Amino acid sequence: MVQKLDTLIETPSQTAGPYVHIGCMPTYAGNAGAYDLEIGESPIADGAQGEVIEITGEVIDGTGWALRDAMMESWQPDAAGKFPGQAGADPKVSGYCRFAADSETGKFTLRTVKPGAVQARSGAMQAPHISVWVVARGINIGLQTRIYFEDEDNSTDPLLNRIEQQNRVQTLIAKKTAEGKYTFNIVLQGDNETVFLDI
Amino acid sequence: MSDRIQDRGPLIPRNRAAHPPAYDIDYKTSVPRSPRWSLLSLESGPSEETGPTFGHEILGEWDNNLIMNWTRGKAPAVGERILVHGRVLDENARPVPHTLVEIWQANAGGRYRHKKDTYFAPLDPNFGGCGRTITDENGYYEFLTIRPGAYPWPNRGNDWRPMHIHFSIFGHAFGQRLISQMYFEGDPLIYRCPIAATIKDRGQLDTLVAPLDMAKARPMDFLAYKFDIVLRGRRQTMFENKLEGM
Repeated sequence: MVQKLDTLIETPSQTAGPYVHIGCMPTYAGNAGAYDLEIGESPIADGAQGEVIEITGEVIDGTGWALRDAMMESWQPDAAGKFPGQAGADPKVSGYCRFAADSETGKFTLRTVKPGAVQARSGAMQAPHISVWVVARGINIGLQTRIYFEDEDNSTDPLLNRIEQQNRVQTLIAKKTAEGKYTFNIVLQGDNETVFLDI
Repeated sequence: MSDRIQDRGPLIPRNRAAHPPAYDIDYKTSVPRSPRWSLLSLESGPSEETGPTFGHEILGEWDNNLIMNWTRGKAPAVGERILVHGRVLDENARPVPHTLVEIWQANAGGRYRHKKDTYFAPLDPNFGGCGRTITDENGYYEFLTIRPGAYPWPNRGNDWRPMHIHFSIFGHAFGQRLISQMYFEGDPLIYRCPIAATIKDRGQLDTLVAPLDMAKARPMDFLAYKFDIVLRGRRQTMFENKLEGM
């Protein structure tokens, strides 16, 4: 026998299920008014500094079908690269959003400000990105990924450079379709499967 | 907050063996929704070590009382009255104070109040099925609710979900984000459920089973169940490199 560690093991994940919206987005579930104030309705308030952008997309399964029940959360710094709570952070940026695939079309929209660049622990500068967490029925543990932008310099980003198969990097890069408009699909499985993170 | 970010180490890498794999053929919906390629493992950084925080100003008077919150205190929900309580801790066994805990569940008949649930068990006009609270300075939380019913679901020929309450927990860092489910001691459906069985380590599955806690039950009013939750922790040694330049 050896000494016992005094650490604990993380609680195991279970799927969020098809009715995650009841607890997280009551209005979406058809239960408007369950809470006076729902959280994560927008990552920005009026007057946030920086470029307001709109990212649209779908969450696509291994058969090519867009999920109608996926819920996502995003987390990002403000336009200057400061996270909420840090000194000098833009008070109009909460940085956090909850959004869901439309129950009829499967399309989602994230409206936010383009984030600024932030240093990694190594000191290397990371390209601007938004962290995303995806849950749904059939997803046993929430999937982490990132949205980068094709009109930024991503060439020295430490995470993107760690992807051995550089042909997969494009799965993390939002495509610009118009001024302030981007598309970003999250592909759970199959051709062009999104790079998911363990981070 | 920025000082604390600089003073603390990265998140402890997730022990994936403690969690269900993405793909499980007995949970059919996971088959087309599970990534086939490996996850990209990296040390956490500011994007994962910071996260949203929520204060008591978001909470309404009835938010942690699911027996009364749908009617705002006018009429109680049908069902076996229970207190669900516990503590949120991290892997270092330290409490996680002031963090948001959200729950949702079916009513006593096993029916969810969701536009997509069509099970023929009736809705309870006095039950919404969601609640939330913020842990105290020692990581403790409490909900008053009713015991949810078991219900059938389309998977294999005759699969039933055990009685369960869904939990969503934030922690203090986006990389700690966790959704799980609480089961009830003694429910024979737990070990027949393909969703519970996605967790391959029986000891880990058992950590989701809340024991009856008569010390917290109130005579002539409600039973109690205890459910503690462990989130990822952060590495901290005297040799930790400080993050520079933030």
